[in-house]
Amino acid sequence: MDAESLLLSLELASGSGQGLSPDRRASLLTSLTLVKRDYRYDRVLFWGRILGLVADYYIAQGLSEDQLAPRKTLYSLNCMEWSLLPPATEEMVVQTSVLKGRFMGDPSHEYEHTELQKMSEGEKVFEEEVVVQIKEETRLVSVIDQIDKAVAVIPRGALFKTPFGPIHVNRTFEGLSLSEAKKLSSYFHFKEPVELKNKTLLEKADLDPSLDFMDPLEHDIPKGSWSIQMERGNALVVLRSLLWPGLTFFHAPRTKNYGYIYVGTGEKNIDLPFML
Amino acid sequence: MEDLTSPKQDKKNQELGEARRPWEEIAASSQDPKSGLSEPLEPEQWLETGPQPRSGPPQSPQSRASPPLDDVTGPGAPSPPSPAPEASFIPSTLALARQQLAAPWQSDRTTDVNPKAETPHSHRLEQSSDQGKSTAPQTCQSEGDIFQQSQQTERHLYGPEDVSNNNSKQKELRFNIFQEEDSNSNYELDHTESGVSEGAPSPLEIAIQSAKAYLLKTSSKSGLNLYDHLSDMLTKVLDERPENAVDIIESISQDVKMAHFRKKLDTLQNENEMLPIYETAEKQKALFLQGNLEGVDQELEDEIAENSLPNVMESAFYFEQAGVGLGTDETYRIFLALKQLTDTHPIQRCRFWGKILGLEMNYIVAEVEFREGEDEEDVEDEDVTEERDDGDSDAEENDEDELPRTFYKTPQVIPKEENRTGANKYVYFVCNEPGGTWVKLPPVTPAQIVTARKIKKFFTGRLETPIVSYPPFPGNESNYLRAQIARISAGTHVSPLGFYQFGEEEGEEEEEVEGRRDSFEENPDFEGIQVIDLVESLSNWVHHVQHILPQGRCNWFNPIQKSEEEEEEEDEEKEEEKEEPEYMEQEVGPPLLTPISEDLEIQNMPPWTTRLSSTLIPQYAIAILRSNLWPGAYAFSNGKKFENFYIGWGHKYSPDNYTPPALPPVYQEYPSGAEITEMDDPSVEEEQAFRAAREAAALPVEEMGETEEDEDEDDDSDQE
Repeated sequence: MDAESLLLSLELASGSGQGLSPDRRASLLTSLTLVKRDYRYDRVLFWGRILGLVADYYIAQGLSEDQLAPRKTLYSLNCMEWSLLPPATEEMVVQTSVLKGRFMGDPSHEYEHTELQKMSEGEKVFEEEVVVQIKEETRLVSVIDQIDKAVAVIPRGALFKTPFGPIHVNRTFEGLSLSEAKKLSSYFHFKEPVELKNKTLLEKADLDPSLDFMDPLEHDIPKGSWSIQMERGNALVVLRSLLWPGLTFFHAPRTKNYGYIYVGTGEKNIDLPFML
Repeated sequence: MEDLTSPKQDKKNQELGEARRPWEEIAASSQDPKSGLSEPLEPEQWLETGPQPRSGPPQSPQSRASPPLDDVTGPGAPSPPSPAPEASFIPSTLALARQQLAAPWQSDRTTDVNPKAETPHSHRLEQSSDQGKSTAPQTCQSEGDIFQQSQQTERHLYGPEDVSNNNSKQKELRFNIFQEEDSNSNYELDHTESGVSEGAPSPLEIAIQSAKAYLLKTSSKSGLNLYDHLSDMLTKVLDERPENAVDIIESISQDVKMAHFRKKLDTLQNENEMLPIYETAEKQKALFLQGNLEGVDQELEDEIAENSLPNVMESAFYFEQAGVGLGTDETYRIFLALKQLTDTHPIQRCRFWGKILGLEMNYIVAEVEFREGEDEEDVEDEDVTEERDDGDSDAEENDEDELPRTFYKTPQVIPKEENRTGANKYVYFVCNEPGGTWVKLPPVTPAQIVTARKIKKFFTGRLETPIVSYPPFPGNESNYLRAQIARISAGTHVSPLGFYQFGEEEGEEEEEVEGRRDSFEENPDFEGIQVIDLVESLSNWVHHVQHILPQGRCNWFNPIQKSEEEEEEEDEEKEEEKEEPEYMEQEVGPPLLTPISEDLEIQNMPPWTTRLSSTLIPQYAIAILRSNLWPGAYAFSNGKKFENFYIGWGHKYSPDNYTPPALPPVYQEYPSGAEITEMDDPSVEEEQAFRAAREAAALPVEEMGETEEDEDEDDDSDQE
């Protein structure tokens, strides 16, 4: 959610129950403005909170002028001092995919994971158990990246693509209409499109290249991994991800207010197919 | 015929008409009528060349024709004066436009004039471009000012806002000019051409051209330019003719920009989009109005006396310190809905239990304790006994039919606990949203709890949804919901140590744990615990809800006892008696009011996380407890007060993946005996081997039979 409309966004996202306490809210308002100035971001988003056993991580993201460029992620333990996280790499994701369980809350905590590695000494090839140490920071980075790639949502029309290339915030976006807001096809993944090029020409003919340049949520696998609900008597549409429980996207139709926040344990819900 | 191109031209000409006015002001103000007359033509040319590159081929052929100029405004002249006095200028503009369109060569003429006259101007503009763009608008504006003074109307150069107000006046102006043009058409041409031959463009024309070039400048961000945008906007206003267009001109501008992004497919508008919002608002209005009853004073006193409603707002405030909560006005609506619940049902105590999220709708759960003797009896007890009877009667029938009797005896159905005890201590009401009707959930049975432990399903939000799962869940979503609520309450409802104490001792404690203490009451002497202590040590918190045994009940029910009683009644079940274990271990769980430090860890993870609500101001901070076993369960305490709350999907946490239970092995139902033997069918090899052996045996002796099947077959063959 945009740091500028933080209070309103938190109020709108409160339907999921998890939000921020007043002192965190106040600290965020101050510190995010400073972050924007110091790092010279075009927009700062408050991404959410990852609940750890000892402490919670508060995550923020900074965007540059081009909205789809890779975002810079920052984390903080007290909503005041922010540290930049390194960008996620494939390697990190693979490495941390073996880790299970909750986050500790201590960024320097190291997970120990034993794995069998083939070591060859001379002519012998044998497997040896190697204890690999993985830092919690790495895990944090890869989890945030996975969540972003999987479930970060933006409504259709909020961003538009110019023929020059960069993606801009659409200042004339007045919100989705009620009927559009109830359809999953009006929401896109907030990342570089992956499925788009696989569409048939016939489908592409109906798309508007300046608006439909991201993947819609409609074809997500597994089907039904999004729960779409109207709250507050149809004045608010809330999307909740079932794959990463804790991610809430809200949008007030016919207004410019939208945003998403993740408050959860940072674990993927792999049991989803059993649960639907 | 001309109508085919008319829409485009219509707009173009309207644009011309519209945009001509501001330019005309400049023209008329700064120069004498004669030279001023050439000016109107010039903006016209510019405007035409402006849209021209965009409009494309249809327009270009027209500009290439070269008609005589005499009749430029000839046909146009007679009509304009007549509608001139009219305030609305649609007919006049359109009339004008139509006249212009009626003879395409007329417009060709106008366009033709333009190119000729344009060149000197562009030449002049280039010269004056050094002046800078900033000066051009300023000069234009000053000229506009002068003209304003003369006309006693306020006009803004780049302000299409004045469009509607000044329509009539501008129209008149244009008609005047037209009339002048009409009379001096030839003279104008000559003048224009002489103007061309003059060579040096006037500074004004240069300024105008530079202003136009500025307007045409494309935005680096969005690819639009102001010129096109203004013309689009004015076109839209002229097309739609809104009321008080000047007041909504900013919205019109935004709409035009947005129209770029919208496909022009749907012209149908959904009229009923706002209806659901209004309906829900009506429903919630009822919530707010319930307080306005007759005889307010008396009822107020009554209400205050029997206050069964909890102070939801106060708890919500504390939970907000923890970062948990539903938002203030949502909570208030729930508060009102709870009040409605307590008003309509005879409730002793009521508590806002929490919110369970679902796929299509959510559940708001209220935990309720009815007043003594006011419970509604359920009819479900009888079903349980019926099932058992059926099983027994079947067994009896089997004897008569001489079918083999199965070993299988329906497992003892464990009866559910009585209302007000154990897992059914409280009654739960749910509703989908505040303002909706409260539905009572049925009491939970042990079978439901046991099965609920084995499955993991999302709630849909509709209580009648069947739960399709393995093992099959005995009930629908309302039962599953009730079972999960029972599990969550048993697992996560905690209170500070000492808040509750056991009731008066009811005689001696019996050795069997059946007489366990399961009642507690508030401790009037509770002095509170320091918040710091609450945070640091988990032993300061205790569970105040009974633990649910693996059996599915809180109080152990011994199924053997009962079955022994049954067997005494029926004499035919002796065989089964031997098969069952005679002694079932009694399941024991932690007693009531055990501290939560005794809770089991989840794979090296503590089951609870404690926090102070605020590290910045610890004096007034409260202790917050978060369950790691049931994510979403919270408890707070400020030393004296406490409250539990749940908000989440309603599932237990497990670090490992959910694995559905495996199917049990095939049950051996019937005893093997002389009459019936269960055997596997022979495999292909066995059959072949058997056949080969038989043939070998059949050759020497006919009556040698080794196996039963052999004999049978031989018998069969003999019988044949």
